[in-house]
Amino acid sequence: MAYLELNNVCKTYGEGEEATEVLSNINLTMEEGEFVAIVGFTGSGKTTLVNLINGLLMPTSGEVLFKGQPVTDTSHERGVIFQNYSLLPWLTVGQNVYMAVKEAYPKENKSFLKKRVDDYVAMVNLSPAINKRPKELSGGMRQRVAVARALAMNPEMIIMDEPLGALDALTRGNLQDEILNIWSQDKRTALLITNDVDEGIYMADRIIPLKPGPNATLGPEFKIDIERPRDKTALNDNPNFKKTRNAIIEYLMDIGEERKSVSQEEYALPELAPKSFVA
Amino acid sequence: MEQEIVLKKQRQGLSFLKPLIMKLSPKINKGSLVSFLKKSGITLLSVLLFIGLWHMGAKALYDVEAEYKIEKALAERGQEAADAERACIASGDSSCQPNTLPSPSQVWASLQSLIADHQVITADKAAFVEKMAATNAKLIAQGKDAIVYTGRASFLDIIFTSIKTVFAGFLLALLIAVPIGIIIGLSPSLRSAFNWFIQVFKPVSPVVWYLLVFMIVKTLYIGDSSDNAFVISFISVGLCAMWATLVNTAMGVSSVDKDYINVAKVLKLGTFQKVFKVILPSSLPLIFTGLRITLSVAWMVLIAIELLAQSQGLGLFVWEEFQNGANDSNSKIIVAMFVIGIIGFLLDRFMLTVQNMVSFNKNEAV
Repeated sequence: MAYLELNNVCKTYGEGEEATEVLSNINLTMEEGEFVAIVGFTGSGKTTLVNLINGLLMPTSGEVLFKGQPVTDTSHERGVIFQNYSLLPWLTVGQNVYMAVKEAYPKENKSFLKKRVDDYVAMVNLSPAINKRPKELSGGMRQRVAVARALAMNPEMIIMDEPLGALDALTRGNLQDEILNIWSQDKRTALLITNDVDEGIYMADRIIPLKPGPNATLGPEFKIDIERPRDKTALNDNPNFKKTRNAIIEYLMDIGEERKSVSQEEYALPELAPKSFVA
Repeated sequence: MEQEIVLKKQRQGLSFLKPLIMKLSPKINKGSLVSFLKKSGITLLSVLLFIGLWHMGAKALYDVEAEYKIEKALAERGQEAADAERACIASGDSSCQPNTLPSPSQVWASLQSLIADHQVITADKAAFVEKMAATNAKLIAQGKDAIVYTGRASFLDIIFTSIKTVFAGFLLALLIAVPIGIIIGLSPSLRSAFNWFIQVFKPVSPVVWYLLVFMIVKTLYIGDSSDNAFVISFISVGLCAMWATLVNTAMGVSSVDKDYINVAKVLKLGTFQKVFKVILPSSLPLIFTGLRITLSVAWMVLIAIELLAQSQGLGLFVWEEFQNGANDSNSKIIVAMFVIGIIGFLLDRFMLTVQNMVSFNKNEAV
């Protein structure tokens, strides 16, 4: 039995004639302890896919199975790191993490929770900033708080939705290493959604491209046969890396071209009006 | 740099005090002193200009009125009466003064006379309490009600009554509008159920609210001879002013950032936790914006409602002075106008400060 299974998952937004199928026929299996990366263009439905797996959205048809059970709701077993950090701005770093820990361990006493918060904040090297609010932190620091918050709940699986997308290259590299470190310590299952092929190759065991939506579907998978721990500088000279990278980029370029040739027709923009003040 | 900007924003509410704070702080550097002088100089200049224009306007109106009086005396009673009238006006005798827009100096004199009047009444009251102390002690010992001072209210008492009414009304608005706003913000179906109600009652005028409240309170107090003007006026003020808070709370609660809702779902917060830990904190800035509008609306409608309800506040004071038509009535009205304006300004600043304190968008560096 696969750890996570998506069988013919389709997701449609809207109803009737307005309906747009964002994802169609998504099939994916992940084994326990695996690190899978899904790469795709922006707007190809990556976030929708993540929300289906973490239980924020329900598939229109098909099923999402987690350890053999259909996903019907969010769960503490699947920790999520959101694209835009989603920290609560009125809480400090410590309070943000504490809120999550308290939900994950409702029966533990306060000193246990406090220690766990301190540990995980220390793990992402933010102890000096524990009493600061998100607005006072840089983008990289905020994302580290989000990582600490997700991991402090001790999830079995980590789902990351373009977690490093908004960061500069240097911070990004550091955080990649930090995430890999944490992952390798107790071999949690990890799903990374990204738009950066290099990031996928550096971090994952398998890379699956997502063909752009509407009607996005998963492409053929690419196995990354590079020994861990991987060395970022040495990676560039690794023939295996070059080969896989070229293959993936070629594939993505091809479907990009395909999409261009398909979408010649003009789309009418929806009529949007400002929201009513009361209703 | 960022810290500095944040600190600046934090003090926004009381920023009008900033030159003063800077002046009082021991570390004055030359630059800040110059900018303080410049800033307060401009303010002072505009105040002087305002008073000057006011003085000239009042003088012109005074002349028009005086001229008319003399002309009238001339036409009706001849040259001699006209000369007598002119002499009378010039002498400043109160029996023949033109009654028009008072000049700044008259208003200032009225303010002083109101303060003096307050001191007289306070002394009166103290004397009364002293005189009645023995009698009252006896009455209380017999289980009867003590005799209290029932003389007229001084200007400061009147201001105090108005402020009390506004705060009671504001509190009522807060207690009604915030909970209802939260509930209808959380439920889209309740929101559409309440929508017509809000849309219909929001534009109703203060006078009509007063009449409505009067109808109800009158019946509730039936057979009770005690004065219910205060109750009627604070309920009317509250009902008039609560709409901004109601609408803002509902909007704030219903438009919480989807990211925060997702966080609440992923963390699996219970409903109670979700409302109190996520939805309410994130809508607090909007709720406080609503409360600020509510307070200023409350202060604005208060005057009309006190007038109607015969509650011993500034509204009634203004109206009674107008009806009174004494020589200094007009200038007393202007004094009341300034008092109303200044208190309204202070209330607004107070709310702005509170608003900035709870708003996480502006106030990060704590």
